[in-house]
Amino acid sequence: MHIEIDAIAKEFGATRALHPVSLSIPEGALVALLGPSGSGKTTLLRLLGGLEFPTSGRVLFDGRDSTGMSVQERRAGFVFQSYALFRHMTVFENIAYGLRARPRALRPNRAEIARRVDRLLALIQLPGIGSRYPSQLSGGQRQRVALARALAIEPRMMLLDEPFGALDAKARKELRQGLRDIHDQTGLTTIFVTHDQEEAMALADLVVVMSMGRIEQIGRPADIRLRPATDFVRRFVEA
Amino acid sequence: MISADPVFTRHENRPPPPRTRTCISPTTEPAWVRRTLIGIVLTLLSLLLFAPLWAVFAEALGDGIAAALASLGNRDALSAIRLTLTVAAITVPLNAAFGIAAAWAVTKFDFAGKSLLLTLIDLPFSVSPVVAGLCIVLLFGANTTLGGWLVASGYPVVFALPGIVLATLFITFPFVARELMPVMIEQGRAEEEAALTLGASGWRTFLTVTLPNIRWALVYGVLLCNARAMGEFGAVAVVSGKIRGQTATMPITIEMLYNEYLSVAAFTLAAVLALLALLILAIKTALELRHADALSAIRKH
Ligand SMILES: Nc1ncnc2c1ncn2[C@@H]1O[C@H](COP(=O)(O)OP(=O)(O)O)[C@@H](O)[C@H]1O
Ligand SMILES: [Mg+2]
Repeated sequence: MHIEIDAIAKEFGATRALHPVSLSIPEGALVALLGPSGSGKTTLLRLLGGLEFPTSGRVLFDGRDSTGMSVQERRAGFVFQSYALFRHMTVFENIAYGLRARPRALRPNRAEIARRVDRLLALIQLPGIGSRYPSQLSGGQRQRVALARALAIEPRMMLLDEPFGALDAKARKELRQGLRDIHDQTGLTTIFVTHDQEEAMALADLVVVMSMGRIEQIGRPADIRLRPATDFVRRFVEA
Repeated sequence: MISADPVFTRHENRPPPPRTRTCISPTTEPAWVRRTLIGIVLTLLSLLLFAPLWAVFAEALGDGIAAALASLGNRDALSAIRLTLTVAAITVPLNAAFGIAAAWAVTKFDFAGKSLLLTLIDLPFSVSPVVAGLCIVLLFGANTTLGGWLVASGYPVVFALPGIVLATLFITFPFVARELMPVMIEQGRAEEEAALTLGASGWRTFLTVTLPNIRWALVYGVLLCNARAMGEFGAVAVVSGKIRGQTATMPITIEMLYNEYLSVAAFTLAAVLALLALLILAIKTALELRHADALSAIRKH
């Protein structure tokens, strides 16, 4: 899905989390929102997912104004920073949740749900953990389950908030490749948030550098490294 | 042959480490301190909890079990038991619903007047029950406009069941909300937001995510609320008018019987009230034992 962000701003009371920002994300891109903590990355992601609504500006999905669209209608596969798995449900139930929540007419039957969950567990390379609870998984396994749960709803886009933030260096590298593979297999427009410039550069097709609620630069990793648009970007990429 | 192994043999023959060298955990107090503390706690427990309980049952059964049971068969005693159970059956579900709503509003949303709502939730803890009862009389009494109209239309509040229910609702309001709030704050909004992004409606999210996550706190809150609802005296004494056989709840009937020196009847009814409380404790413990795994998985403290 092609995403167009048109002069979106967001204020929380007196704090300006996002100055008007504009951004065009082509269909099927893997985009990194890169910036230091507090730069408005999560806010922008939540605005796209429909968990927050902008103070001004518009969001267009495939050219259609979707600013007021509800979070359920958006069908964004959202992976939360600490994964937010349902702790009282098994892995199977977590992944099946979105399918079971569909209106009856669109809900797959029981066998179909089981089949799809199994396929997703195979996709994240964790077959056979369906009966475990989130508390019995490692950090990396939880992240992959969160990914599968988001993919289960056949999302129109993937939104991931610091998907590797809570992991150790080794798991990070592995899962980075995992996300790239899943992106390439599904072809979904994917936006992930990170404060790690190396991660953004290694993984993304397009990097959006943010600072203090503004977009400093949009470009391919190589462009950003070779031709930083502002002092901030140069210092941030060097670091 | 294992015993021929020199290492093993030497190990076997090694003397036990000297006692003085045993390590003591820095958080452990000397034995005498521990024993004294435990002793004090046990003494207090037996003085404050077990002795009264024993006294109640001893008094109740003082003239034999037949006399005790006979006093329960009395029309007024039966009416008191029925009334108390009715009041609890009405107020506990209502306050469970109010408590969930209040805790949900306070913990999951930011809105103007939130701190006021927090204060209001605690009001019943800080206001004397007698004062609360008087407020209801002042609002709904027969000599007020509203009360007069209600009495004229055949729905008296004061000196009737609605007044008792209102008073009990007020007194027991904080229990469920107070129990839920810390749990809801700790859990945050992320799981609910996840459910919404997966396409669940707000109501479905509440039923399948919020409620299961708070169910233990809810059980505790409801049990506490119920215990207080059945035991409430002060506020109910004011609004009920203490009409024997009609508006006298168990605690009020117990007091009246006691004042009339009918100690077997008074203590038997008190014993029934205590038994109800013990029954609730037993249910709580049974639930805890039965769901110990789920509890530890969810709470992880
Ligand atoms: N719900 C909120 N209420 C008030 N301020 C918020 C809220 N969410 C974010 N902010 C503020 O918006 C700014 C950007 O936050 P965020 O988008 O979380 O940054 P990042 O994800 O880049 O670390 C911060 O200053 C933060 O304090
Ligand atoms: Mg963030």
